[in-house]
Amino acid sequence: MEVNVKNMIKQKETNRFFLRFTEKAAPVFFLLCAAISVLTTIGIILTLLVETTAFFSRVSFWEFISGTEWWPFGENPTYGVLPLIAGTMLITAIAMMVALPIGLASAIFLSEFASEQTRKIVKPVLEVLAGIPTIVYGFFALTFVTPVLNTFIQDLPVFNALSPGIVVGVMVIPMVASLSEDALRSVPNSMREAALAMGSTRLEVAMKVVLPAALSGIIASFVLGISRAIGETMIVAVAAGSTPKLTWDVTESIQTMTGYIVQVSLGDASYGSTAYYSIYAVGMTLFIFTFMMNILSQYISRRFKEDY
Amino acid sequence: MNTAAERKHTFFANTVADEQEYVSKTIYNVDHFNLWYGDDQALYDVTLAIPENQVTAIIGPSGCGKSTFIKSLNRMVELVPSVKMNGSISYAGQDIFSSGYKVEQLRTDVGMVFQNPNPFPKSIYENVAYGPKIHGIRKKKVLDEIVEKSLKGAALWDEVKDRLQENASGLSGGQQQRLCIARCLAIEPDVILMDEPTSALDPIATAKVEELVQSLKKDYSIVIVTHNMQQAARISDKTAFFLNGEVVEFEHTDKLFSNPEDRRTEDYITGRFG
Amino acid sequence: MNLVDKQTVQSSMTKRLVKNRLANSLFFLAAAFGIVVLAILLYRIYSEGMGYLDWNFLTSFASRFPEEAGIKAAIVGSLWLMAVTAPVSLLLGVGTAIYLEEYAKENKVTRFIRMNISNLAGVPSVVFGLLGLTVFVRLMEMGRSIMAGGLTMSLLILPIIVVSSQEAIRAIPKEQYEASFAMGATRWQTVLRVVLPAAIPGILTGGILALSRAIGETAPLLMIGALSFIAYLPENVWSGFTVLPIQIFNWTGRPQEEFHLVASSGIIVLLIVLLLMNSIAVLIRNKFSK
Ligand SMILES: Nc1ncnc2c1ncn2[C@@H]1O[C@H](COP(=O)(O)OP(=O)(O)OP(=O)(O)O)[C@@H](O)[C@H]1O
Ligand SMILES: [Mg+2]
Repeated sequence: MEVNVKNMIKQKETNRFFLRFTEKAAPVFFLLCAAISVLTTIGIILTLLVETTAFFSRVSFWEFISGTEWWPFGENPTYGVLPLIAGTMLITAIAMMVALPIGLASAIFLSEFASEQTRKIVKPVLEVLAGIPTIVYGFFALTFVTPVLNTFIQDLPVFNALSPGIVVGVMVIPMVASLSEDALRSVPNSMREAALAMGSTRLEVAMKVVLPAALSGIIASFVLGISRAIGETMIVAVAAGSTPKLTWDVTESIQTMTGYIVQVSLGDASYGSTAYYSIYAVGMTLFIFTFMMNILSQYISRRFKEDY
Repeated sequence: MNTAAERKHTFFANTVADEQEYVSKTIYNVDHFNLWYGDDQALYDVTLAIPENQVTAIIGPSGCGKSTFIKSLNRMVELVPSVKMNGSISYAGQDIFSSGYKVEQLRTDVGMVFQNPNPFPKSIYENVAYGPKIHGIRKKKVLDEIVEKSLKGAALWDEVKDRLQENASGLSGGQQQRLCIARCLAIEPDVILMDEPTSALDPIATAKVEELVQSLKKDYSIVIVTHNMQQAARISDKTAFFLNGEVVEFEHTDKLFSNPEDRRTEDYITGRFG
Repeated sequence: MNLVDKQTVQSSMTKRLVKNRLANSLFFLAAAFGIVVLAILLYRIYSEGMGYLDWNFLTSFASRFPEEAGIKAAIVGSLWLMAVTAPVSLLLGVGTAIYLEEYAKENKVTRFIRMNISNLAGVPSVVFGLLGLTVFVRLMEMGRSIMAGGLTMSLLILPIIVVSSQEAIRAIPKEQYEASFAMGATRWQTVLRVVLPAAIPGILTGGILALSRAIGETAPLLMIGALSFIAYLPENVWSGFTVLPIQIFNWTGRPQEEFHLVASSGIIVLLIVLLLMNSIAVLIRNKFSK
């Protein structure tokens, strides 16, 4: 007998509760999934706010933001966050001196000079570099970069700002390079061709035509790189030491905000103590810093978006 | 001409109606239908009745709204978020835009073949079985039968019967298009909408699809958009000429091509513009 | 009369070309810097770590003596962590991507969710650690368990999975949707039978890359309180645990030189795991992209 599909479909249609149920339930389920990411943000903010409030019931807000000494474990603990901020800034500054020029130059090379074959080698290497766990970089800073620096700088202590700063920079290079390259490559070829056709060299095209056109994207990538360096944890936890200090001397041992949080969570403070709550106050400060950087980067790339 | 309201249509009754009777039946009744994409109006006051078990051709210059019109018939046009419409389209006597009308039901009864072949990246078998499966048919034996019947119906069976499990992307363009027709036949629709089904095909594949359309006509009502006026003349019973979103003329194909009433139709079919 | 003096153009031309050459080499050096650093790093770790890397190392627990120290608990712990993180993060991430690409209307809520995800991607991992410590370990009383660590990691890599899944879904041609809807398929049927099968290679590739990020993360798990010295294997998701990077961190922090060599061995193991995961991702990508 011939199958009558039409009748079968009609029959099935009447008792397909399951389909009708899933059809209704699916969007609700997926919305719930999407809501988790919002809940995560809310969770982060609430966590930081509640515990920071607890911290500020013990330590004055003014002392926290203006104090120049961070010494939570002694007889008379002091909680002035400026040394931690200074340590973070110092690491970030060193890192950016490495990452921004090298990252941007790599991007220009990849986008404007490199042949297809060279790109095929360099890009994956940068990807590998980006995929190396930060603890490995930390180990590298402590056991290789610091000893190497020691041969140039007399009496460089084992823990110092310079070595982890440089290595954080290396870690950030792939990110700056790939985001900047995206910005450069989105400049349409017609603009390059116009300049090349007038006899410009590739360098002139890169510096006078492409770079200015892609500037906002490049700056956005720089800002993201800074944000990444501020939040970097393991490299500084391993190689920068744990002596919070208001200093610009790169050869000294310092401590960053992230480094402090790790130090405390390694067991230096018991639950409920002021030192315990202090990691949330420091975490909040860190969160605000990186959040502002991320917003700034988004703002730059949106506000100054080139319309080619 | 009969309108849908006049006739007593038993919706799920046998598709192959009495041979003598079908000529007068109307399957689609489009009444003062307007459509906008955002603020741009694409269809103006379209009014026409599409006959059952005949081939209706839609012709007209590029951008005149042919695709928009045919996609309105199965409400696929609603996939564009900015679309706004008024007027009515009734299918088998029911307003397809009325609230409570199930769009999935409409699209089960009305199949569509697209300009570019769009098989799923699945096996030939799975492509044809897709429709029956989503409508709840799971028995392997039944599916096998449906697949064979549909592929035969689309004149593709002999070419693919030995490689049903191969990926459909390995077929030629013409074969892919016939596969899409088979996929559409698998759920036994009453109407098949075709939007320039041969424009991406070479002449030989085109001839095959045209032949197929002719043979399908006894079981299905077919609406076909085409750029090719010879094609419209060859395969259709009635032809609608669209221009700038309006129906200029809707007539029996012989009449429209031999003796058009409107100057603009004449200009178009004699190649003076378009 | 000539406004442009051919002579000056000619002489400045040579200068410009030299500059171009110089810049080319300079930019090349910058790009090569990464390669050189990578080479040194890998060489150092290889030459230091191979000494301790043997079967014993893989099958022993941590020890106070470098020559007896092993990485068994860390390997098993990392696997356990993945067993929690992989399903949770994939389910949530793919679900979010499907919501955003298939169901969400273009409105304020949707824009907020999108913005929220891109901001979440920029939150430092220690902050996720603080979240996990407060919410999972303390509030939900999961303790310092695999579950708490796995959930924290899931949230950390969620944005990466969402974005890569969105890209995989967006790459599906519009025609596939049209074909499905024109057959009378519902949105959900289309998602299940057309969208997911076509997007799965992309989703898996992105997912594996995100998981390899999770396997190398240290800081959030330190905050959760993963232990660095355990001499037992976890029994279930409520057990305490350690993972590869934490074990490496612990060895790195020891003053004895020998432990640095042990740390190198641990790093080799970690890098091999990452290499394996990335190879699988690349294999999947190549197999399905024609
Ligand atoms: N998704 C859309 N959004 C906005 N406007 C559209 C959209 N699709 C079509 N239009 C506009 O509607 C009008 C009719 O388009 P339609 O695709 O129906 O023409 P057509 O007759 O099928 O042309 P062709 O023969 O080139 O396929 C055109 O002006 C077109 O620009
Ligand atoms: Mg069209």
